[in-house]
Amino acid sequence: MIYDAVRTPRGKGRADGALHEVPPVRLLAGLLGELQRRNALDTAQVEDLLVGCVQARGEQAGVLGRLAALAAGWNAELPAMQLSRYCGSGLDAVALAAQKVRSGWEELVVAGGVESMSRMGIGAAAGARDLLPGLQFDLKMVPQGISADLLATMDGHTREDVDAYALQSQQRAAQARAQGRFARSIAAVKDANGLTLLAEDEAIRGDATMEALAKLKPAFADMGELGGFDAVAQLKYPQVERIRHVHTAGNSSGVVDGAALVLVGSESKGRALGLTPRARIVSAAACGAEPTLMLSGPGAVTRMALAKAGLTLEDVDLFEVNEAFASVVLRFMDDTKVPLEKVNVNGGAIAMGHPLGATGAMLVGTLLDELERRQLKRGLVTLCAADGMGVATLIERL
Amino acid sequence: MSAITYQTDDQGIVTLTIDMPGQATNTMTPVFREAYGAAVARLEAERAQITGVILTSGKPTFFAGGDLKSLLAADDAAAIFERAEAAKALMRRLEKLGRPVVAAITGTALGGGFELCLACHARFALDDAKIQLGLPETSLGLIPGAGGVVRLTRLLGVHAAAQLIVDSTLFDPQRALQMKLVNALAADREALLAQCREWILANPAAQQPWDQKGFRLPGTSADAPADLTWLRTAPTLLLKKHRGLYPALEAAMSCAVESAEVDFDTASRIESRYVARMAIHPVAKNLIRTFFFQMNEVKGGKSRPEGVAPARFKRIGILGAGLMGQGIAQVAAARSITAVLKDTSLEKAEQGKAKVEQNLAKQVEKKRLTSEKMAAMLQAIVPAGDAVGLKDCELIIEAVFENREVKRKATQEAEPQLAAGGIFASNTSTLPITGLAEASARPENFIGLHFFSPVERMALVEIIKGKKTSAETLARAYDFVLQLGKTPIVVNDSRGFFTSRVFGTFTREGAAMLAEGVDPALIENAAVAAGLPVGPLAVMDETSMALAWSVREQTIKDLRAEGRPVPEHPAWAVIGKMVNELNRPGRAGAGGYYEYPQSGGKKQLWPGLAQHFPRAAQSLPAEDIRDRFLFIQALESVRCLEEGVIEHPREGNIGATLAIGYPRWTGGPLQFIDMMGAKAFARRASELASRYGERFAPPKRLAQMAESGETFSA
Repeated sequence: MIYDAVRTPRGKGRADGALHEVPPVRLLAGLLGELQRRNALDTAQVEDLLVGCVQARGEQAGVLGRLAALAAGWNAELPAMQLSRYCGSGLDAVALAAQKVRSGWEELVVAGGVESMSRMGIGAAAGARDLLPGLQFDLKMVPQGISADLLATMDGHTREDVDAYALQSQQRAAQARAQGRFARSIAAVKDANGLTLLAEDEAIRGDATMEALAKLKPAFADMGELGGFDAVAQLKYPQVERIRHVHTAGNSSGVVDGAALVLVGSESKGRALGLTPRARIVSAAACGAEPTLMLSGPGAVTRMALAKAGLTLEDVDLFEVNEAFASVVLRFMDDTKVPLEKVNVNGGAIAMGHPLGATGAMLVGTLLDELERRQLKRGLVTLCAADGMGVATLIERL
Repeated sequence: MSAITYQTDDQGIVTLTIDMPGQATNTMTPVFREAYGAAVARLEAERAQITGVILTSGKPTFFAGGDLKSLLAADDAAAIFERAEAAKALMRRLEKLGRPVVAAITGTALGGGFELCLACHARFALDDAKIQLGLPETSLGLIPGAGGVVRLTRLLGVHAAAQLIVDSTLFDPQRALQMKLVNALAADREALLAQCREWILANPAAQQPWDQKGFRLPGTSADAPADLTWLRTAPTLLLKKHRGLYPALEAAMSCAVESAEVDFDTASRIESRYVARMAIHPVAKNLIRTFFFQMNEVKGGKSRPEGVAPARFKRIGILGAGLMGQGIAQVAAARSITAVLKDTSLEKAEQGKAKVEQNLAKQVEKKRLTSEKMAAMLQAIVPAGDAVGLKDCELIIEAVFENREVKRKATQEAEPQLAAGGIFASNTSTLPITGLAEASARPENFIGLHFFSPVERMALVEIIKGKKTSAETLARAYDFVLQLGKTPIVVNDSRGFFTSRVFGTFTREGAAMLAEGVDPALIENAAVAAGLPVGPLAVMDETSMALAWSVREQTIKDLRAEGRPVPEHPAWAVIGKMVNELNRPGRAGAGGYYEYPQSGGKKQLWPGLAQHFPRAAQSLPAEDIRDRFLFIQALESVRCLEEGVIEHPREGNIGATLAIGYPRWTGGPLQFIDMMGAKAFARRASELASRYGERFAPPKRLAQMAESGETFSA
């Protein structure tokens, strides 16, 4: 059961972003405090805290959840775990919490994620792949942006297609924010004096236009052409004559800071604590996908999650497909034939930003709020993840 | 007249001279901020005609710092945050004017004043060792609030900057030059201004390092904003030293590190948040109230009788060349006062002086003292074996054995040698002065001067007025204490005066806990965790329980003779048992609550305590132990105020913190009550009284204050 979902607003991931001054462990600690306050939660009842975080380096290294819980004054007997499946981390944390509760071994678990991209710098952390040329010779992998452009090229999506999708994301997000659709889940970030740093997502650009989007420079062209990645991708995909670099800063996910948490527990535990369940976690799945194309996982993993629940695509009312890049969502819709009316109805990461480890858990809350608003039943969250992976989780309102 | 005058010379250099009307020093008041804002706006407007800016002062000092009166009243974090941000925005505008801005530091620049200098592109100072520079905010529970943390961190690196700020280190211009915090020094004002002008003309495109492309903060690596070894150890060492009781020290260190991880403007905002948090913090109020305002009153003569001409002492006598006598002689000699050190024989007196010499030699070795100064000091100490040597002393202090008869003899032998109008003082810590004065031919010239051990390190001297002590004698004794560079509090005569009386409540509380079956380690650690320098059991060992027991017996005798009741206390059963049954009277007597390895290793609690003072089945809550130590001393201070032993709360606050280790963070025992509020304090005291004994019951004055909402500090 999901009892609550809460998130910080997303701050621009730059030096002038409103959350830049907040170290990630404090961001998470503040949110833990908010979750506790909202639910009058006796933290001694919580059995585990699972936190997704992708760039586990410097002040994001270690087990942030443990430090944040202690800093927030939570029960010291609560353990925590930091996990990463790249961009899938936050959703995986929620899925793992559900699995723990379903196994009957634990009854109340908090799951979510945190990422302060303004402080870490995107791609600042060198990984195994960067440090072992042999892996590259064997695997022929390319950066996400090149994969996104490759995906669009192979699917025949043009610059206009991806920009049109991006524009819609901005418009949907701006409208949702204006109508207060995110209000239930958002907890303003405050300083130690109680002064508000940020109360709403700050990256959304409701005034975006096709013209303005069209003016943006392709973000990955130089990297693909001069850096040699296009050629490497073509070794894997010889049928592609030339990779069209359609993605820009305007139709890719925004770089932001943020954190999210979901309170997951058994039915009996919720009853004992006087908590009202909002939804049930029906099923979850993770899959691998071809690593050079990398971002094609969401369709396949969605089917896997549905199969586990004995359901079909038609049984799902709303989808949150992480907007890592516009081509990822377009591929998902091509693949599943799910109509645009059911996908990312309040916009997504192109407008609001994608705080890597936190996004999956954020999307659970966004989806749940919208299912409640529309009085609908089932929703599914899916994200693609680096190195060719995908994750999905299906929820059902009560 | 404006607080800042604006003068443009024929080279286009504007000199801003800060000279706030109606004030002896420049401070960060609304008047200043307004004038500064107007000056910045005018500079921006006239930018095209300006070649550079010199910021200087029209006062003997450059700038004194923050407006503590308004900070003391501050209770709105949001308002403080906004104010800090606004002031910093002005400094930033001046820094980014696009013209060289130079500080001409003509005098002491502290806190906000030094921060104004840091916001200049270059700094030049007069080469005068009396000038003090630095950021002392944390000593008063605040942190630098005008960019000081951010800029110093960027100039020196996190490690060096954090250390200066956390320790409130002040430095002279020479040291500032070594640290590269000033560009150069000048011999006089004219040369200083010439240097500034020259620099402006040579650096027309001056920019702060942090505004230049590719700036890297000194000491940063890809992994961390400072040396990792330091980052990993410094917070822990700070906790070890201050037990987490001084939030400003932690805020300063956190702020320095956090500010290094982000860009300048974000860092500046982080600093403002910490500033706001600290400004409204009760510990800041405690420290400012007691160690700024009350300290100024204490040192400024509030307790000194008016109308008595200031006294200056050239020659004093000290009776008894023991530890206290040596210490008093040393501090007097350090201030170039001739000190005749007299004992029962010349040999003993010379032994006493030899001890001082050893002491000073160690200081010279550690480079804290020059050998010239040491020689001069030794010259000033004159050993004597008989009273004649005391001839013409303007003051004689007896520091002989604590026995009325011994003191009487010493007084009567020495007194006739006093210079005309000279005064006689007793350094007793326990015996009432009025009684001792009976031995004197001129009791109106007789007074108590209670020094603390070790004299050279303890800042306080408790001045005790006897019944017949004259106002003139008090005024002269007060002047003497100031002349020694120490802090005088004035108290009325009573058993134990103020400090010993209050201190006794602390040690007795520790012994009482032992009787209740509290684990001795917990007793000691809880005291240290509350901010007391050492646990009560360790203190009793050092000061000797045998002595305490004999004082107790003398007190009982005296009180019975006066027909007054003898107060009971559960501690005495413990102390009596330690002294008389277990033969463990303290450190000097081969062990007390602790055992002291002969090899010189670390002392440890005596294992026999468990057998003789069996542990209770249930331990006391740690907060009860802590509160008992803090409350019992605060309650005794209230009683001292009620009984007129001290006449004003400031004497209690300053006395208890400087002399007997009452934690500084509280601002003293009476300020501690103010911090809690008399009502909450009285409620908690009553709770402790119901659990641990009537000695915790709130005295009448406190009950009245709880009712009326009155405070000690008013």
